[in-house]
Amino acid sequence: MTTTLVTPVRAPVTVSRRYLAAGTFIVLGLIDIFVFGLFAHSGDAVFALSLPGATPKLPAIHVPGALTAYVLGAISIGLGILRAVVDLPRWGKRLTIAIVLLCFLLSLLAWADAGSSVGPLQVIDLLQGTLTASIPLVLGALAGLMCERSGVINIAIEGQLLTGAFTAAAVASVTGGVWLGLIGGSLTGGLVGLILALFAITFLVDQIIVGVVLDVIALGLTNYLYDRVMVPYAETFNAGNTFNTVKVPVLGNIPIIGPVFFDANVFLYITYALIVIIQIGLFSTRWGLRVRAVGEHPVAADTVGIRVMWTRYRNVILGGLIAGIGGAYLTVGSVGFFTSNISSGFGYIALAAMIFGRWTPLGAVAAALLFGFSYQLQTELSVLRVPVSSFILLMAPYVATIIAVAGLVGRVRPPAADGKPYIKA
Amino acid sequence: MSEQHEAEPYVATEGAATVQDTGTPAPDQPDGRQPLTGNAIIRAVTEGHSVVLTILAVFVALLVGAVLIVASDPVVLRAWKSFGYAPGTALSATWTSVSAAYSALFEGAIFSPATISAAFHGGSIAAIFYPLSLTAFEATPLILTGLSVAVCFRAGMFNIGAAGQWIGGALVATWLGYAVNLPIVLHAVVCIIGAFIGGAIIGWIVGEIKARTGAHEVILTIMLNYVMYNFLAFMLSSQSLMQAPGQTNAVAPSIDSNAMLPHVGGPPPQAGVGFLIALAAAAATAWLLNRSTTGFEFRTVGANPSAARSAGIRVERVWVLAFLIAGGLAGLSATTIVQGQTAPLTTTSYGTYGFDGITVALLGRARPVGVVFAGLLFGAMNAGGTVMEAATGVPSDVTNVIEALIVLFVAAPPLIRLLFRLRGTGGAGPQAVTSKGWSG
Repeated sequence: MTTTLVTPVRAPVTVSRRYLAAGTFIVLGLIDIFVFGLFAHSGDAVFALSLPGATPKLPAIHVPGALTAYVLGAISIGLGILRAVVDLPRWGKRLTIAIVLLCFLLSLLAWADAGSSVGPLQVIDLLQGTLTASIPLVLGALAGLMCERSGVINIAIEGQLLTGAFTAAAVASVTGGVWLGLIGGSLTGGLVGLILALFAITFLVDQIIVGVVLDVIALGLTNYLYDRVMVPYAETFNAGNTFNTVKVPVLGNIPIIGPVFFDANVFLYITYALIVIIQIGLFSTRWGLRVRAVGEHPVAADTVGIRVMWTRYRNVILGGLIAGIGGAYLTVGSVGFFTSNISSGFGYIALAAMIFGRWTPLGAVAAALLFGFSYQLQTELSVLRVPVSSFILLMAPYVATIIAVAGLVGRVRPPAADGKPYIKA
Repeated sequence: MSEQHEAEPYVATEGAATVQDTGTPAPDQPDGRQPLTGNAIIRAVTEGHSVVLTILAVFVALLVGAVLIVASDPVVLRAWKSFGYAPGTALSATWTSVSAAYSALFEGAIFSPATISAAFHGGSIAAIFYPLSLTAFEATPLILTGLSVAVCFRAGMFNIGAAGQWIGGALVATWLGYAVNLPIVLHAVVCIIGAFIGGAIIGWIVGEIKARTGAHEVILTIMLNYVMYNFLAFMLSSQSLMQAPGQTNAVAPSIDSNAMLPHVGGPPPQAGVGFLIALAAAAATAWLLNRSTTGFEFRTVGANPSAARSAGIRVERVWVLAFLIAGGLAGLSATTIVQGQTAPLTTTSYGTYGFDGITVALLGRARPVGVVFAGLLFGAMNAGGTVMEAATGVPSDVTNVIEALIVLFVAAPPLIRLLFRLRGTGGAGPQAVTSKGWSG
C-alpha cells in the first residue's frame, strides 16, 4: 500500500492518448459515412417524439437517412482532426467525446429507420427504457462505490441484487405489501453487506474471496429456496406483486422530459435521490470527507480520531441496503416474479460501471446509462427489423466499453486503501 | 513435483510467513517442517494446524448445509411443530433427512457400499470405482479453469474472464473437430492445441490492452465474457457460420470421432483422457510457476510490481504472458468438454466453469497442487449432488452453497478458531494469494 503511494506503478502508455482519441473519433466518423450513410435505404428516417396516444402530441421529425449520416460523420472527422491538432482543455475533451458519440448514435438510428416500413422510431420509448434498464446498474454501482470509497472491495453486488430480488418478491407476496417487499429486499442486501463487513473487516479475509463466495452462496441459496419453496407454493411466495407507476404532478406533463423522467414507479425516484445524496454526501460533507480519508489512508484517518472500522462497517452495510433496493427493483419494481438467477450478471456490469466511472457517483451513473441505453437500443432496433444479428447488437455495448476503457479512460486509480484490511496497531 | 513450494501450505503452514503469523511460536526446524510425531499431531489439533482447520471448515460448511436441507423439508418441519410432545420424532426426522441426503452425496461422489457387496456376489468390480470416475470427470474442467485463474493470481491479477477464454477455446476446438479431416490421434492433438490457442488469444487481448493502455483487467475480462457469450450465440445462429446443418436450435455440428478424447474409465460421464490433460497441465503450471525464470517473474510482479520493475523485470510483458497462459488453460478446459463428451457445443456449454474456476483457485490458494485437490473436492460435490438430487429430491444447488462456505471458512481461520476454541493464531488462509485489491 505505502509503496504504491510513493512510487505508483504506472503502465507506460505506449500510444499517446491524444492521437488514440483522435483516431477513434475519425474511425467513428468514417463508420457514420461509409456504413450508415452508404448502406442506408433511401427515404426519410422518422423520429417520433411522443408516445402513441399521448395528449400533447408533438410532430415527428423527418430527416433524410443517408444525408444525416454523411453530415454527422463529417462533424466527427472534423472533431477528430481538431482533437489531434489542438490540445483542448479538459471540458473540451469531454464535450468532443459526447458530440462524437451522439453523432454516431444518431447516424446509427437514421440508418436503422430510413425507409423503414415498420414505422417511426419511438424516441420516448428508447429513453424511458434506458432509464428503467439502468436502475439496477446505477444502484449496484452506487453500492459498490459506498464500500470501495471506504476501502472495502465489494464483488458481492451481484449476490446483494439477487438476494434482494428474492426477498422482495417473497415478502411482497406473503404480506401483499410491495413497500414491505422493497424494505425486505433492501434489508437482505444490507445483511449480505454485514456478512461481507464481518469477514472482510473483522476476520481479515481477502475481500475478493468474500465477495466471490457471497455471490456463489447467493446464487446457490436462492436457486435452492426457489426450487424448494417458491415453485411448489408459488401463490404464497411468488405471486408477482409490483409497484404502480406514479406520475409526478406538474413535471410529468412536460413534453418529452415528462414521460421519460417523471412517469415511472418509485424506484426511479429513489434512484434520483440516492445519486444526489451520495454525490453531495461524499464530496461536500464531513461524513464524505471522513469516508474518503478512511478509503485513502486509514492510518492517517485513525490518527486524527476517525473510527476506521466503524466507518467501514457503516458504509458496507449502507452499500448493501442500496444494492438490496436495486435487487428489489428486479422483482417488485418490474416483472414481479422471481426467477432463477434473475440478476443475471447485472452486479458485475455494475462493478464495471463503477470502475469505468472512476469511483465517482456521476461517472458510475453515466457508465450505467450507457449499458442501459444499449440494452434498450437493441430492443428498439430489433423492432425495426434491422438486418444485423441481434447477438452482434448485444455485443456492441461491451465492445464499446472495452474501446472506451482502453482508448478514452485508460488507467483508473482506485481509493488507495481499497481492498486492504486495516489492522489497528 | 516441486515439494518445497507445493507441499508448504499443507504440511507446514505454521512456518509460512503471513501477516497474522506474528504470535506463532517458532517451529522446530528452520525450514518450517515439523516431524510428524504423536506430540506434534496433538499440538496440530489443539492449535489448529491448517489441515485441521480445513477439515473443520468442511465440517462447519456441511453443518450449515444440513440446516438448509432440514429447514426446507416439509416432513421435518411438521415433526418440529410437534416437538413439545414428541421430541424424539422431530430429532429422528431431522436425522433421517440429513443422513439420507449426505449419504447419497457420498455414494455419488466417493463409493457406494452396495457396489462392494455386489462385487462379492458376481457384480462388476469396475462399478466400485464408478463414483470416483464421475468425480474425476466433473473435476476435470474445474481444475483447468482453476489453474487459469491461479496463474493470474500469482502474477497479481484477477481473471474473471475464464468463461470468455473457455468459449474461445471451445469454438476453435469444435471447428477443427468437424471441419478438418485428420487421422485418429493427430486430429485430437490438433484440436487440443487449437483450443489452447483459441483461449490464449482471448486472454492475450486482455493482457495486451492492459499492458498498452493501463485499462483494468477486471472490466476487460467481464466485458469480454459478455462479448464471447454473444459471439458464441452468433456463431451458432446461422448455418453459414457454425450451426449444425439441418438444425433449428443453436447447436454446433458433432465433432469427428477421430477428434474425440479416448475414454479411460468408461463412456462419459466417466473420467477420460481429459482428466490426464488436467493433471499434466497442473504439473506444467507448477513447473512454470516454481521452477522457471518466467514463473519467478510472475511471482515477483504479483508480490510487488514496483519492486519488480526496479529489478528490471518487464512488468507489461509479464501481464501479457500471464493472461496468454491463463487463456490457454481455460481453452484446455473447453477441450475436455467439447472433445470429452458426446454432446455438441451449444450456447450454454460454458456453464459455470469460468466462475467456479475462481472459487477453485481460491480454495487451492493459487497453487497448482492445491487447485487439483480443490477441483477434485468440487468435482465430488457436483457428482454427488446430482445423485443426491435424484435420490432424495434435495436440489443439488445446496452443494454450491456448501462449496462456497468451505472456501469462506478455509479463508477465515480466525472464525474457525473462535468456533472450536483453538489456541493458536497461525494458519494462513488464501489471503496470502491476493490481498492486493485493485491496484495490481
